Amino acid sequence: MLADRDRIFTNLYGQHDPGLAGARARGDWDGTAAMLARGRDAIIEEIKQSGLRGRGGAGFPTGMKWSFMPKKSDGRPAYLVVNADESEPGTCKDRDIMRHDPHKLVEGCLLASFAMGAHACYIYIRGEFYNEAVALDRAIDEAYEAGLIGKDACGSGWAFDLYVHRGAGAYICGEETALLESLEGKKGMPRLKPPFPAAVGLYGCPTTVNNVESIAVTPTIMRRGAAWFSAIGRPKNTGTKLFCISGHVNKPCNVEEELGIPLRELIDTYCGGVRGGWDNLLAVIPGGSSVPLLPKSICDTVLMDFDSLRDVKSGLGTAAVIVMDKSTDIVKAIWRLAKFYKHESCGQCTPCREGTGWMMRVMGRMVQGRADVAEIDVLEQVTRQVEGHTICALGDAAAWPIQGLIRHFRPEMEARIAEYKQRVGVPVLPGSLPIAAE
Amino acid sequence: MAKVTVDGIVVEVPNGSTVLQACELAGKEIPRFCYHERLSIAGNCRMCLVEIEKAPKPVASCAFPVADNMVVKTDTPMVRNGRRGVMEFLLINHPLDCPICDQGGECDLQDQALGYGMDHTRYEENKRAVKDKNLGPLVKTVMTRCIHCTRCIRFVTEIAGVPDLGATSRGESLEVGTYVEKALGSELSGNIIDLCPVGALTSKPYAFVARPWELKKTDSVDVLDAVGTNIRIDSRGPEVLRILPRLNEEVNEEWLADKARFSMDGLKRRRLDRPWVRRDGKLVQATWGDAFTVIAERLQGVAGERIGALAGDLCDAESMVALKDLLTALGSANLDCRQDGVLLQAGRRDFYTFNSTIAAIEEADALLLIGTNPRREAPVINARIRKRWLASKMLIGLIGETAELTYDFQHVGGDAGAFDGLRDASAGFGKTLADANKPMVIVGQPALRQPGVLAAVWELAGAIGALAGEWHGFNVLHTAAARVGALDLGFVPGQGGRDLAGMLNGGVDVLWLLGADEFDTARIGRNTFVIYQGHHGDRGAARADVILPGSAYTEKSGTYVNTEGRVQRGLRAVYPPGEAREDWTIIRALSEVLGKTLPYDDLPGVRARLEQVNPVFGRTNFLPRFGVSDRSGPGQGSGRASGPFGVAIENYYQTDPISRASPTMAACTETFATTPLLQAAE
Repeated sequence: MLADRDRIFTNLYGQHDPGLAGARARGDWDGTAAMLARGRDAIIEEIKQSGLRGRGGAGFPTGMKWSFMPKKSDGRPAYLVVNADESEPGTCKDRDIMRHDPHKLVEGCLLASFAMGAHACYIYIRGEFYNEAVALDRAIDEAYEAGLIGKDACGSGWAFDLYVHRGAGAYICGEETALLESLEGKKGMPRLKPPFPAAVGLYGCPTTVNNVESIAVTPTIMRRGAAWFSAIGRPKNTGTKLFCISGHVNKPCNVEEELGIPLRELIDTYCGGVRGGWDNLLAVIPGGSSVPLLPKSICDTVLMDFDSLRDVKSGLGTAAVIVMDKSTDIVKAIWRLAKFYKHESCGQCTPCREGTGWMMRVMGRMVQGRADVAEIDVLEQVTRQVEGHTICALGDAAAWPIQGLIRHFRPEMEARIAEYKQRVGVPVLPGSLPIAAE
Repeated sequence: MAKVTVDGIVVEVPNGSTVLQACELAGKEIPRFCYHERLSIAGNCRMCLVEIEKAPKPVASCAFPVADNMVVKTDTPMVRNGRRGVMEFLLINHPLDCPICDQGGECDLQDQALGYGMDHTRYEENKRAVKDKNLGPLVKTVMTRCIHCTRCIRFVTEIAGVPDLGATSRGESLEVGTYVEKALGSELSGNIIDLCPVGALTSKPYAFVARPWELKKTDSVDVLDAVGTNIRIDSRGPEVLRILPRLNEEVNEEWLADKARFSMDGLKRRRLDRPWVRRDGKLVQATWGDAFTVIAERLQGVAGERIGALAGDLCDAESMVALKDLLTALGSANLDCRQDGVLLQAGRRDFYTFNSTIAAIEEADALLLIGTNPRREAPVINARIRKRWLASKMLIGLIGETAELTYDFQHVGGDAGAFDGLRDASAGFGKTLADANKPMVIVGQPALRQPGVLAAVWELAGAIGALAGEWHGFNVLHTAAARVGALDLGFVPGQGGRDLAGMLNGGVDVLWLLGADEFDTARIGRNTFVIYQGHHGDRGAARADVILPGSAYTEKSGTYVNTEGRVQRGLRAVYPPGEAREDWTIIRALSEVLGKTLPYDDLPGVRARLEQVNPVFGRTNFLPRFGVSDRSGPGQGSGRASGPFGVAIENYYQTDPISRASPTMAACTETFATTPLLQAAE
């Protein structure tokens, strides 16, 4: 369990002043100029040493990502873009950072931009986050006024400008290249990779896109040292992480904990346990809507970090833990996610555009049981046909929850089909016309 | 160069190539829908998936750059399953209406489905239906068939250069359309029909007309502008049903302008299918014999200098050389081909051709347009200019009437007075031209109607360095397909001969119009006997005393010289209607009746004569690049240029007898070219 002194987000719950004075009292903006004076290579090296992995879902090592940026400019400017388009169902960590601890993000933006040679940074914030955008703007204004950012950021001589851009409510704009398209004023459709943003990103210039949390933790890592950060958690899964626990727990919450904490401990310690007790647990989606769910048997022992969850064929994702107790209609819950992905598919590439609708409709019938048992296999194959064949990861995200359902709850689906057959008869499928009884 | 192994075959491809190009080089065909060589890469259909060693997932080969020592596999279970999956997805919402789809038989989706499709569907849900869009009179849409490859969007945006087409909505609801319903405002819109891999975009006039396997395909050359676009004429029996572009990198790449593609329905209307003779002020039907007799009688005793001939804009070189030879035999030097009154002379060829060549537009680094609107006069050349402009924003200047072009340009002036300003190499557009390595000047027909403009433009071209040993930057953009050929043949007044103006108003007693309709026929003298030889009952035929029915460009094997001076041949696709004959044979037959028998009686014979008149006719489909060997300019002539140049073409869709007879072009005129009348709000 994480000791209080090791917590990075000390105002996660908004009990203290989110303004500059409050942030300074919590240690933010302390010695920033000295950190900048260490030079960009030192910053990147420190982050590499800390083992920080991207907090947006994919878990790519942040320091390595930064090191992909060109060391010497070829005349083009470099950009840092912060992905604050937090739209993954179940996830609400970035929201609270921006609400209550925005200065951590602003300071992180300065450090990271400096480390990548970027004089400008854009924060692309989810359109629905109106209050958060206001809070962020206020923090940026304060930082400009105090000379922490601007023409001569913290007196370091580094010119740095920070802009907030509000999105318009598309989930796909959280995909890094779709985000860049949207930021450029185009339709939010993911770009083909390669070229990767580090080579050709925003306005054709080298760009790094990072999650809010990844950026917000960097100042603290710089201050307390990579050794401190990497001592927390498990090997290759180091540091602290914000977990967002929602669903059928007694006290849903956001909490900062070390990576690798057992799922059960996380729920029991911070959320007052599962509604109706641990034995009333049905399943948990451990990392936001796009990762496969875990049945109770796995939840009993699983650890919450990137590699442990990958080993049980799920993922840490954004660490948004969605808890479902036995009152849940699990098929319907997954259908709802399929509907979400169908609605949010950008429609650019074939498998996702056509596949998400197909999966949603079959899932819709599975909820009723109005299907054939063989269709479960078809559904499974369709998810495989989508997964890994698309430009961006939305196709994968749409496929995985259904794969998880079929992997762990196939008997439930079959029982429902059998029940429908007994109650109503052989199902009439939408594509075939009903035949009138003679 | 990168070494890439494709299915065990090692190929060397340039760095920056895509995996798909490497596979093609290795002879492996990669299925694709969205990828097209001339458009930007979208990578969205996912049909071109291949396996690359060490890559965890299949990659879209059309968008993936090669790397040295890359190992590509195009036929593994992973690849096959990937493509089958994509094909299944494409088909679940695609209507299986192939039997009533015009794309049937030439549909990429049909073809690929044979290789990667299943024999049954696993999709038990209702199919998606999408409302059709009205894109105007040319392109028919059945949007339910759309597979969202976005080729049409990319073509219209990138090549046609109009921001009309785009995708609205997202996911399954994604629809291709014009945002607000409007007709597609481009002269190249028909090309999206060729680009569409399925039957979502088809030809509206050709809807439900024929199946591709019923059609006879004939190679030919378009004559409705002076570009010399290479075309394929699809015909069935006596009817031309469809005209498609043929690939020619040096001329039209693979594009075709709308007028050339869609006006072939004019070939069936208002046709002259038998000879007519005017008796008592009325035209009556006649036989060939009658018509020839009437002409022979009328010519009896008429002095050679009282006979004249005008060649029209669609004529083949064969008929023009025959007519010239006949007039010469009759003792006449009264010949003209310049119906619009441009002051071009036969003789030195680089004074009247597009010398840089069309393909070399891509090498130019500054362009001056004088009295021309390439978008209307030669849409395909306009696309080439846009391509060059897109590549690195070539600076373009325009003298003349300002127009809505598909690239940015600087309006330098409205008339010939602007030339002097451009000689200033220190500022403005003059500096741009002076700084350019390969400056290019394109002068249009309206400017050349003013005296002295040709000489002035030549001089200006010399002053800005466009006339160099290896770069000929002086270009005349013609609008008439026959013009350069006619000038090559010397179809202009000979020694002491009269020109167009001289022949009108009673200047001659007998006037032979070879398809000449583009001048004011009211100016022909009241007592002038007019022989009209042509294929359409247009202005010239209305004034004629004898009508000799000739053939349109689809109905004869003809030689045409495009604005570059490129000699090209079209083949006969169908026979002329009724009694109509190939034009040079009519003249040959009449020459015998007149006792001046021409010395050739077959096509090779006429073509030998062409070559004899001008050796350029001996070299077809080939145009060498050349620089300027003689910098001396054309003569100044008398008179001074004054006033605005005007425009060559008011209405792009109706410029000649064929397009004026075409209902499709009439519909286009109604849609695009007529200015809506402003109704007084009362």
